[in-house]
Amino acid sequence: MANSTSPTQAVAPDAVRGASVAEIDASCRWPVMFLLLGALLWLAFGSLLGLIASIKLHAPGLLAECPGLTYGRVQPAQTNAFLYGFAIPAGLATAIWILCRLGRCTLAACGSIIVAVIFWNFGVTMGEIGIFYGKSTGFAWLELSRSSNLLLLFCYVFIAAWAVVAYHRRSQSALYPSHWFLLAAIFWFPWIYSTAIGALLCVPLRGTLQASVDWWYQGNLSFVWLGCVGTAIIYYFLPKLVERPLHSYYLAVFGFWVLIFFGSWCGIPAGAPLPAWMGAMSTAANAMLLIPLLALAINFRATAAGQSAKFSASPSLRFIGFGTASYLAAGLLGIAVAYRTIGERLRFTYFTTAITHLSTYGFYAMVIFGAIAYLVPRLVGRDWPSAGLSKLHFLGTSVGAVVYFVAMAIGGIVQGTGLNDSQVAFADVVKGTMPFVGVGTIGITLMAAGNVALLLNFLWMMAVTCPCCGEAMTRATLGKSGGGR
Amino acid sequence: MRHGPLVFLGLFLAMAISWAGLVLYPQMQIGNQPVAVLDDSTGQAYPIPRPGLAREGLDVYRANGCVYCHSQQVRYQGFGADFERGWGKRWSVDRDYLYDSPVMLGEMRIGPDLANIGVRRGNDTNQVNLTWHLLHLYNPRINSPGSMMPAYPYLFAKRKVGDVPSPNALKLTGEFAPENGYEIVPRQEALALVNYLFSLQSETPLFESSLPPSPKPKTPRGAAAGGASTNSPAK
Repeated sequence: MANSTSPTQAVAPDAVRGASVAEIDASCRWPVMFLLLGALLWLAFGSLLGLIASIKLHAPGLLAECPGLTYGRVQPAQTNAFLYGFAIPAGLATAIWILCRLGRCTLAACGSIIVAVIFWNFGVTMGEIGIFYGKSTGFAWLELSRSSNLLLLFCYVFIAAWAVVAYHRRSQSALYPSHWFLLAAIFWFPWIYSTAIGALLCVPLRGTLQASVDWWYQGNLSFVWLGCVGTAIIYYFLPKLVERPLHSYYLAVFGFWVLIFFGSWCGIPAGAPLPAWMGAMSTAANAMLLIPLLALAINFRATAAGQSAKFSASPSLRFIGFGTASYLAAGLLGIAVAYRTIGERLRFTYFTTAITHLSTYGFYAMVIFGAIAYLVPRLVGRDWPSAGLSKLHFLGTSVGAVVYFVAMAIGGIVQGTGLNDSQVAFADVVKGTMPFVGVGTIGITLMAAGNVALLLNFLWMMAVTCPCCGEAMTRATLGKSGGGR
Repeated sequence: MRHGPLVFLGLFLAMAISWAGLVLYPQMQIGNQPVAVLDDSTGQAYPIPRPGLAREGLDVYRANGCVYCHSQQVRYQGFGADFERGWGKRWSVDRDYLYDSPVMLGEMRIGPDLANIGVRRGNDTNQVNLTWHLLHLYNPRINSPGSMMPAYPYLFAKRKVGDVPSPNALKLTGEFAPENGYEIVPRQEALALVNYLFSLQSETPLFESSLPPSPKPKTPRGAAAGGASTNSPAK
């Protein structure tokens, strides 16, 4: 079954050199598990912060005495815990494993990756503490301090280098679509991150150029980086789990090129105090993203057609199906909001929160969950210890994500309609959004419960696998379960 | 497909085009933008750097994340209701932000836009305006019952009243007053933040963004233009 993902092209003659699945998983085990451990801890921590922030939106007096917990600090701390604590390490972990599996090669240098992961998490921790103490940089998605960001950049380059080595050591020269997307993501991040750190934190540009670079960075991180990693995961797991080859290789590759050439221009809103061509270019580029969305939709539909039984059998597939649907919805809504007359109403409202939520959590995090649900049991060679927690994880995250999205989207429309009607007093606009913010809090609570369930299951898994008895127990376990299958 | 090098070339091209187009070129276009000289004889320029205490206040604004609820940009007339709400008499342009770092345009309007709060609420050190802002920061519900803005009591010190009550202690009554024998005095951060808010005014007419011919924004119900407007509760 693990072999069913080979490219549609003929297998290269040197494929015989490939490592066995058990060898690959054994070589990936600790680097990937450590990356995921940090990621899931930050995810749970971030959802706690998200809950506090959401409650504060309708109970502004809560915990007001504590400067570290004011809304304006909890909110960026939550965003950064999600992005740098969870999203990027979890993406790297999945990318490393997929690249090794696709290339039939073992992962080199496992110890040094673990060291880099420790430094990475140290950097995120220091940056988060800084935010709580009022040291946020003030740039959206880059609020961690300059030194934290620089440390993260070095750690990223170090970890990603081993992913590139894994790509290079592949025993087949043929490239699968997931290869394309993962390589793009791996190379994209240092480029945009170093530009943003340099132009905002080291030698700040003048005036609103700061805002434009920040928007450029956010656009590239969400459209290109999260988009590429998420799509790579979908293209890897979908054919594998429905046990059918991908419908069209060329459609996937076509979507890939459009995504990276146009997705990298998205993110600058119309009407910003910048040269007008910038917002116009972004809007046009965003409209082009209809092509990769359609490519993914067609490929998904044609590959999964008639396989609905497999979706109910496989938790991973359910996550990936949910993620794909969210990706399409977020993409379409994003195109709509970039359009001038709709953006006029919905910019500066909860509607944009809803779209960001849909693309970062509904799509990216859910797809990552699908990958985690599949790969972790194979890495440690045993099933998830608690089926109940697995079920809670899926139910909490999926229902919570939908509830939060619907609440914020409708709330945003109500808010935007009010804001654009000067006959409605501002205080009434705020009051009108309160019911939706309340329902949103319920959604966040459900998601937090799901995230914590995953963390508990993961910790339980790690506990029964290793620590007290160390390597010996791991080897014994592996022997019994037939080599990490 | 065995064209690894071609993939890299394509990737590099896509990255380079985006970088050149949205980072490098805008920097060449407006990176060296000069300030506007309003009056040749006096050399009066716009914008001017914020005075010391207001610059300090920008850091308080940044540290406490005011930007996550308040934007600082007025969109042009006919694009949103920014003009009609009295948030500004002209639209915001890149020149308005030349001296700020970080520039915090804001992405959310859970609270009203603040690009011209220094005009709306008065910009001098007039005691009335200062007191209004300090009370509003200490607890927004004092001036604006029903407001959803967080309170910032940690920008103030609560201390025992000495022999003579402190002259700048907040005058608090009812549920907001501290217990007997105590007074609430603004810390340096609170004063800096209010001075920053005073300094937020971008209504100087510029070549690229002049004032409309008859600056008479329609007065919305419960929101007087240029006045108490956006922060007051619904009637």
